[in-house]
Amino acid sequence: MPTVSMTVNGKSVSGEVEARTLLVQFIRENLGLTGTHVGCDTSQCGACVVHVDGKSMKSCSLLAVQADGAEVTTIEGLANGEELHPMQEAFRNNHGLQCGFCTPGMVMSAVDLANNNKNPSEEEIREWLEGNICRCTGYHNIVKSIKEGAANM
Amino acid sequence: MSETGIGASVKRLEDYRFLTGRGTYTDDINQPGQTHAYILRSPHAHATINSIDTSAAAAAPGVVAIFTGADMEVGSLPCGWQIHNKDGSPMAEPGHPPLAQGKVRHVGDQVAVVIAETLAQARSAAELIEVDYSELPAVVDMNKALAGGTLVHDDVADNLCYDWELGDEGEVDKAIAGAHHVTEIDIVNNRLIPNAMEPRAAIGSFDRATGEYTLYTTSQNPHVIRLLMGAFVLQIPEHKLRIVAPDVGGGFGSKIYHYAEEAIVTWAAPKVGRPIKWTADRSESFITDAHGRDHITNVKLALDESGKFLALKVNTKANMGAYLSTFATCVPTYLYATLLAGVYTTPVIYAGVKAIFTNTTPVDAYRGAGRPEASYLIERVVDRAAREMGIPQDEIRRKNFIPRDAFPYQTPVALEYDSGDYEATLNSAMKNADVDGFAARKAASEAKGKLRGLGYSTYVEACGIAPSAVVGSLGARAGLFESANVRVNPTGSVTIFTGSHSHGQGHETTFAQLVSETLGLPLDQVEISHGDTNKVAFGMGTYGSRSLAVGGEAMMKAMNKIIDKSKKIAAHVLEAAEADIEFKDGKFTVAGTDKEMTFGEVALTAYVPHNFPHDTLEPGLEEQAFYDPMNFTYPGGCHIVEVEVDPDTGVVKVDRVTASDDVGRVINPMIVAGQTHGGLAQGIGQALLEGCIYDDNGQLLTGSYMDYTMPRADDLPNFSTSNEVTLCAHNSLGVKGVGETGAIGSPPAVINAIVDALSGLGVTDISMPATPQKVWQAIQGAKAAAE
Repeated sequence: MPTVSMTVNGKSVSGEVEARTLLVQFIRENLGLTGTHVGCDTSQCGACVVHVDGKSMKSCSLLAVQADGAEVTTIEGLANGEELHPMQEAFRNNHGLQCGFCTPGMVMSAVDLANNNKNPSEEEIREWLEGNICRCTGYHNIVKSIKEGAANM
Repeated sequence: MSETGIGASVKRLEDYRFLTGRGTYTDDINQPGQTHAYILRSPHAHATINSIDTSAAAAAPGVVAIFTGADMEVGSLPCGWQIHNKDGSPMAEPGHPPLAQGKVRHVGDQVAVVIAETLAQARSAAELIEVDYSELPAVVDMNKALAGGTLVHDDVADNLCYDWELGDEGEVDKAIAGAHHVTEIDIVNNRLIPNAMEPRAAIGSFDRATGEYTLYTTSQNPHVIRLLMGAFVLQIPEHKLRIVAPDVGGGFGSKIYHYAEEAIVTWAAPKVGRPIKWTADRSESFITDAHGRDHITNVKLALDESGKFLALKVNTKANMGAYLSTFATCVPTYLYATLLAGVYTTPVIYAGVKAIFTNTTPVDAYRGAGRPEASYLIERVVDRAAREMGIPQDEIRRKNFIPRDAFPYQTPVALEYDSGDYEATLNSAMKNADVDGFAARKAASEAKGKLRGLGYSTYVEACGIAPSAVVGSLGARAGLFESANVRVNPTGSVTIFTGSHSHGQGHETTFAQLVSETLGLPLDQVEISHGDTNKVAFGMGTYGSRSLAVGGEAMMKAMNKIIDKSKKIAAHVLEAAEADIEFKDGKFTVAGTDKEMTFGEVALTAYVPHNFPHDTLEPGLEEQAFYDPMNFTYPGGCHIVEVEVDPDTGVVKVDRVTASDDVGRVINPMIVAGQTHGGLAQGIGQALLEGCIYDDNGQLLTGSYMDYTMPRADDLPNFSTSNEVTLCAHNSLGVKGVGETGAIGSPPAVINAIVDALSGLGVTDISMPATPQKVWQAIQGAKAAAE
């Protein structure tokens, strides 16, 4: 079995994986970081979004071996200790989450948007979220959260 | 109002763990020695199983065990509600085996379970199982099913589960025959797939040392699962069966029911001697989570010259799918026909309902359950009648509203509404929607070649489910009370154990606000515990917008017992008469004196009872209460939707959504708005995007997110939501419930808006989901007819 090594949330990790192992499986099962979720099997829902080398990616659509050597950030690595990242804080402040299942992917995706656009319009946010499905919130408060989070980043 | 009590928009206490990836959903849990289950499912909608050869699969790497229906002869997955036919005979109730017994009846029916060291090994081994099927013709269409021929269950004639009615058909026919005007529509309420974002999962284990089974499962009601699975399917006594529903990623009804996979992993755990985990992939969710809606209805509304409603007659066919899911049978009857008065004074109403088996996934309650189907047909037929008679949409509604001073109001369809003010929600929605400015916006759209329409829906629903005596008399095999246990810890913090279950609703916050308000405690002194049958005494769970109106009331009852006991303790310590003790702002005082004890001091004394008179005062401070509601609760309101249609493409843009809802007293306005938003999105999804489609062979054509259109951020606008408040008259909090209103009220508003936009072209109807193709075809059809 191939061995993969990468940096996840600032820590060097490595593990033996079957070649078919997806990055999300490596994160959840090998590393025990269960904040990254799997909500579909067609790369549509975005619950599994993490950052790979600073860009948001659906970790169900990458093999673990493709992330060999990469810098990966998951939802567990976003906060600064106990202090929430401004995007996390904005989701809390604006009731941008309900059941919490899509939330890690939403937040990671939103951070990537905000990294490239400090002041996204409502329309830009809604378009950006095309790859993230939420069944609870109707997106209203997610859009509000992302606007505030981006401004505070 | 305190910053943490009733009426405060407290930020949610549960959010920190979800935002930092520290939630614990079922699939996040791993147990030592855990194995993985993969379920081999039927690829056919209807087939006889001649034989199953598992020998090659059993020899595959990593396989621990394989079981088929021949191995698993257990009880049937039960149905919780018995409906009776018109003639008084009970409904047909065919068995529902967890693993198929000789026959499969829908695509996805469970055929075998492979248990292996890894999920990949289980999945690979399942491919080696050889099942010899004889395919049978499938019946998918309800009308064809009723014609007989192909039978889903050999012993259910004409695939008819029941033929039920409510009301006096003769009286209604007479009123219709003598009416000035009758509006008639055929309506389809489209089948939906719930799609909670967390797929279902289950982990079964067995401890040989204690004889205790444990099931972790994605459930809205762990005690109900314990009862159904323990007593009916596996015959495990409740004291040896623990069910844990940890963080659950959305339910919307689909996680109420007892599913086969829960029974399979629990039953197999002692056989393999290790824990067994099963997690659905999304494709499995599409074919095995109970679907929603799926009604075909003919509705007739009779009116007098002035537009006053005289009678309503409804005939509905409701799809049950291949088996009866847990609450399937009550959805098209007692959660539907009893709501057909809507917000109107219609004097006579008749509903006839046929429930029908087909070779499709079982259908059960989905957000709103029966009430969206009722409000959709009422508001569609009212809209049509107003157009036919030339009466403005708001006027026809006002003319027929149950007036605000008429409550309690006994409808002709069994329910007695306790409170409401439908004029108030209509007025506030019209104001917030800027109905006055609609004509100008319509003209602006027309100038760009677009068609703009405005649609109304004024609705009521029945939730806070439910008075046990009432539902029992209607066929429910369960009571629908709720329990709460309030444990005051020695240093004065409080742990509340509730039988409700939160899977997105924010109970940990809303319930803590009740405690803060009632006992005067800061929120960080309150813990809400739910979801574990070994912690919570009993519970009927969360559905039918019941958590606050029933679960919250149980909590209030238990907290009042705590206050009563605390007064006894304070009276003893302060050497005063119990009647002289007052409780306010977390302090017990002797009336008219400065003698006082804080809540924390009382708690400590209760656990350090050095000088208690033990014959009259027990140590400890913990109380239990069960609450059974007196009536359903009746949230209602008005939703107004404005759309802009592109006549060249048929694309509908939802431009404005305005909801004014009366959900009773609001505990946390932020959470109430969030619940409304989510319901609106699901309602708009049903109206415009979502539709479950089977082909004639029973193959699901909309089985993934590539094919089933989930509402996405760019399909929806921002929502305008507000609340008008009339208090529930029969519970202490005055609360009604908000979980389902958005999904109940909004679909007819969307469709009425599209019809309004296209009415100039002569279009009178459009079915859900109103996809661009359908809208474009309606436009072309109307144009062709006009030529």
